[in-house]
Amino acid sequence: MQCFQGKSVYKGIAMGPVVVLKKNDYQVKRTRIEDAETEAARVDVALKASQEQLQKLYDKAVKEVGEASAAIFEVHQMMLEDEDYLEAIQNMIRTEQVNAEYAVAVTGDNFAEMFASMDDDYMKARSADIKDISERLVRNLSGQGDVDLSSIEPSVIVADDLSPSETVQMDKDKILAFVTVHGSTNSHTAILARMMNIPALIGVKMDLEELQTGMTAVVDGFGGKVTFEPDEELKAQTEARMQEEEEKLKLLQELKGKENITLDGRKINIYANIGSVGDIGYVMENDAGGIGLFRSEFLYLGRNDFPTEEEQFQAYKQAVQMMAGKKVIIRTLDIGADKQVDYFNLGNEDNPAMGYRAIRICLKQPEIFKTQLRALLRAAVYGNLSIMYPMITSTEEVKRIYEIVAEVEGELKAQEIQYKIPEQGIMIETPAAAIISDRLAEMVDFFSIGTNDLTQYTLAIDRQNEKLDEFYNPHHEALLRMIQMVVDNAHKCGKWAGICGELGADPTLTEQFVRMGLDELSVAPSMVLKLRKIVREMKVEE
Amino acid sequence: MKTFEYTIKDELGIHARPAGLLVKEAKKFESECTITKDGKTKKLTQLMMLMSLGVKQGDTVTVSVDGADEDAAVASLKEFFENNL
Repeated sequence: MQCFQGKSVYKGIAMGPVVVLKKNDYQVKRTRIEDAETEAARVDVALKASQEQLQKLYDKAVKEVGEASAAIFEVHQMMLEDEDYLEAIQNMIRTEQVNAEYAVAVTGDNFAEMFASMDDDYMKARSADIKDISERLVRNLSGQGDVDLSSIEPSVIVADDLSPSETVQMDKDKILAFVTVHGSTNSHTAILARMMNIPALIGVKMDLEELQTGMTAVVDGFGGKVTFEPDEELKAQTEARMQEEEEKLKLLQELKGKENITLDGRKINIYANIGSVGDIGYVMENDAGGIGLFRSEFLYLGRNDFPTEEEQFQAYKQAVQMMAGKKVIIRTLDIGADKQVDYFNLGNEDNPAMGYRAIRICLKQPEIFKTQLRALLRAAVYGNLSIMYPMITSTEEVKRIYEIVAEVEGELKAQEIQYKIPEQGIMIETPAAAIISDRLAEMVDFFSIGTNDLTQYTLAIDRQNEKLDEFYNPHHEALLRMIQMVVDNAHKCGKWAGICGELGADPTLTEQFVRMGLDELSVAPSMVLKLRKIVREMKVEE
Repeated sequence: MKTFEYTIKDELGIHARPAGLLVKEAKKFESECTITKDGKTKKLTQLMMLMSLGVKQGDTVTVSVDGADEDAAVASLKEFFENNL
């Protein structure tokens, strides 16, 4: 039994087999071989296995993120068919009498080097694809197989850290828990875990070298503990606790279909935050009244070219149609800061959180923005869609947005394409926007307070920096006063105000938020019913 | 042998996905298909070599096709460039 302490980001309990995700941990050794033909034949077998894995990944990605985003796996398949690449491997085995793993690794490095030395940033980035296919081949050659998350048993995922693109590839039904060495409570792993309702521990100081796929782990999200190879006693205890949790969850299910209304009659909307069309299932399962934050950047992540207007239109249209008249608030592109995408060529910044991101990119590169706006205006015809603009700091920005929206409208009208100008609101996530919210309220239809950024900018704390977690006080009075100010300013103009940041899901604040007059809380789908229970058991008048 | 010239309109040039599809298209034909940019010639069936040409928006490439089914190949490759690149 090996026990490690970490920080819990979702309170729950899980037990099951471990899958360890390691990066580049395999050292290829050069050995001399006698029989080149046998060695060459091994490459063919590994190739076949690799192609099959890629086909599976492709099929899964098509289903979940659409054909365009899945194309990367198709490209990998084609690269593995490349005659020059394959010939170089075979030649090396025959002429140098070396093992297949070594021949693949060296050939992969050579080809990757060729791309890395090109003067085109896009092509430079392709060297990563070549490394990726070569590593896949080597894994298959050395019998490590693929960390194929689509065909595993439901497992506890143990990793160093997970990037947004990696998480896109995961099959949500196969993940019992996440345990990572790095990450902060606001990292993507953490957000994803809350979204999916699964226990997750971060900052666990474990040695991945000592852990193996196939071990058993108990993840205790209440105590922030993970235990590998638990003894029988702990196993039995865990099972009992899991049962208890399940019963609690059942009780919550009883709240489905009930109103979010306090004992003395105050109502509040409880909506869900989602990151892709695939998450709408969780929204419905948890009976959310709408979608308060649809993070559109997931359409842009995990791919190597901009999503087209048509792709975006289809995704938005599908979302509003599935929600059948319920509100769907789509936030425009929020790339930059901790969400980087190669093809945007954003360059390195000393201070990305305060840098070129979100609406700033959209206003400086209006062609990117207009494609998204066209898709949104077109999709608005099919349901109850609202648009929300992130990272606003001034009234001028809102004016410029409206000018661009008017241009897009003019173009759609001229082309006789069906569209609708939907409700438009802004995120209040900078102290500047909060302070001038009286002026902004006159211009927009609603406010949604993004507490993650608002907290980081107000308290001057980098939310990616795990060292600062102890200074990060999300209940800071400055923040709560700002929220009150924003709500009051919205109401003075007859507009509504909600919260879509992590703070909105904090059950210790729900009663206070209702009393502050918030009209909406948008939270991870798994939190919707928990908050409903609190609302239904409280009174506004104490 | 037949040839045609084409100037790339796609913003990203011949990037990975169209390159892959182009190789697929060229492999449908018996004829040998090549692409030339700035004096460098690569077979259209060589994906990585094709990508290594680094063909960008605005570049003009020459496509040559030589073999029994060259007429059909030129027609379908032209169409491919126009639709995808």
